[in-house]
Amino acid sequence: MCGVCGCGNTNGKATITKPGENALTIEAHQHHHGHEHGHEHHHHHGKSVLELEQDILRENQLAAAKNRGYFEAKNILAINFVSSPGSGKTTLLEETLKALKDEFPCYVIEGDQQTMHDANRIDALGIPVIQVNTGQGCHLESDMVYEAVKKLKPKENAFLFIENVGNLVCPSLFDLGESKRVVIISTTEGEDKPIKYPDIFHSADLCIINKMDLVPYLNISVEKIKEYALQVNHRLQFFETSCTTGAGLDAWLQWLREQIKQNA
Amino acid sequence: MHELSIALGIVKIAETETRKAGASAVEKIELLIGSLSGVEQDALHFVWPMAVKGSVLENAALDIETVPAKARCLECEREFDLEHIYDACPHCNSYFKNILQGKELQVKALEVV
Repeated sequence: MCGVCGCGNTNGKATITKPGENALTIEAHQHHHGHEHGHEHHHHHGKSVLELEQDILRENQLAAAKNRGYFEAKNILAINFVSSPGSGKTTLLEETLKALKDEFPCYVIEGDQQTMHDANRIDALGIPVIQVNTGQGCHLESDMVYEAVKKLKPKENAFLFIENVGNLVCPSLFDLGESKRVVIISTTEGEDKPIKYPDIFHSADLCIINKMDLVPYLNISVEKIKEYALQVNHRLQFFETSCTTGAGLDAWLQWLREQIKQNA
Repeated sequence: MHELSIALGIVKIAETETRKAGASAVEKIELLIGSLSGVEQDALHFVWPMAVKGSVLENAALDIETVPAKARCLECEREFDLEHIYDACPHCNSYFKNILQGKELQVKALEVV
């Protein structure tokens, strides 16, 4: 639905695919459906004012609430990873899964505009995964997660990692029903991304600063990234990681283990 | 540029509510958009004609009420106006705040015929 990054195509369709299976196509929410059916139609004369006060994102919020209730009932810790493209989300996810998969059931939903590349990387680790291809859409929506979860059929006391479409703007507006939202920024992106794209940092619970191994080659202050991010969201917690050296991953993994225990 | 999708969400609400009321078109739509809602009004105006084409909103006047952002400082407990989400409290310079308003994204009312 953010469907349409200016291209004017209003027929946004998302496809949901498990590696090795056929794709399921769903209509992305909030697209114009043309006609509503089945309502009682009153006869109407003249002009009237309908006081609605209806949230524009209500449909997405309702489906998100449904997802959240399901996750809480089954003690599934659902993590929504958001970041710009190329911050290292998928690599961080691979390292996380390698470390946790023998301790907990893990499941993954991959969001990308196109390709099965990420799902195939996760599938190679033996983790159940669904790829959502949003087509023109630049973020995941809660109904896509709902459909993907129905296919995944996760067990109780499990992790569900949702890798959103790489985009620092649009995913911030769309609640997926996740337990925690994690924003990833890599050190190569510059210090001021948190105040240039504040909404996504404001909506996150946790911030991972990735590619820490590159800091010696960059003219960048990690403290400055944190300072800017805290100006936007004073509740943010930080982890500093490098998936190349493995530094900092233990603290992140420990946080995940504690979260799922708290939930239980 | 998610404003087109926001516009399409508005079209869907207008279609549903207009038909529910037994009306056939909208003469005026009132939106409430917070200054920190993440929606750019210029971008929304730009995509509007494309989004409403062929819908009950096609000829509707678009009336947007901007809700200015306000926060309460968690240090000194005073209320203040926000221009950016990362603004500090002007009284005590703290960034610890709760946003009170400015995130609204609502269809407030429809004038239907």
